[in-house]
Amino acid sequence: MSFELFIFYVFAAILVFAASRVITVNNPVYAAMFLVLTFFTCAGIWMLLEAEFLAITLVLVYVGAVMVLFLFVVMMLDVNVEPLREGFVSYLPVGLLVGAIMLIEMVFLITQRYFKNEQFPAPERAGADVSNTQELGRLLYSEYLFQFEIAAIILLVAIVAAIALTMRRRPDTKYQTPSEQISVTKSDRLRVVQMPPEKR
Amino acid sequence: MISLSHYLTLAALLFCLSVVGIFLNRKNVIILLMSIELMLLSVNLNFVAFSHFLGDGAGQIFVFFILTVAAAEAAIGLAILVVLFRNRQTINVADLDHLKG
Repeated sequence: MSFELFIFYVFAAILVFAASRVITVNNPVYAAMFLVLTFFTCAGIWMLLEAEFLAITLVLVYVGAVMVLFLFVVMMLDVNVEPLREGFVSYLPVGLLVGAIMLIEMVFLITQRYFKNEQFPAPERAGADVSNTQELGRLLYSEYLFQFEIAAIILLVAIVAAIALTMRRRPDTKYQTPSEQISVTKSDRLRVVQMPPEKR
Repeated sequence: MISLSHYLTLAALLFCLSVVGIFLNRKNVIILLMSIELMLLSVNLNFVAFSHFLGDGAGQIFVFFILTVAAAEAAIGLAILVVLFRNRQTINVADLDHLKG
């Protein structure tokens, strides 16, 4: 067994362990933490596949942004987990059955018939001067420029949707109206009163 | 030597784990969202593996777009979750029966 294969098996074991903890653990905070471990390990496996840019992107975007968002939401919502766990044991047999059948079918197709070593020989390792980022950037900004711009629009729509969904105006909140403040005149604020002097 | 079927098997295992997760945690919306993220991750693993073994960068570009859409999906899903919790004080799927579906 080569060292590369050994590293792959270690990463795969951590990945499967973390993913199975994500779906079985009691506390959603722990589930988010195990999901972080899953993404991190998957980034390691992508490094083995020479997808360095995507591996770093996965760590930055997923571990750094999306999972922090998940943690924020989990901690912000004061969720009682006990009623959410009911039905866990009763759904366990059917879930495991469906998962096992799917896995056996897929693994049978993948390992026995197609995608064997002869059909897909492992490519040579790229040299140290080959830049994955440069290659991706060349593709992204030439052949896939239109799709790239659509992705940007999707992100913009997501920002607008997330803000529009969660923003609310409380009726009792005090806030300023700058246009009224600017157009105020002296007569609105100041009243000169004539009073007769008091008699001694 | 690591073959393509190694990576594909690992991705299939990850995908099946997330399907089982959807079965087990069907009351908890947060874990359901996490299971969907796991599914997308396993699909991305397939794309990256094929991109490496076929020597074609298009697979990695596709992963890039899937990451974009998944991030948008997570943001909107969590926003819906927050609004839901604000209105109903629960995220239990069994309690979400306002539409009488």
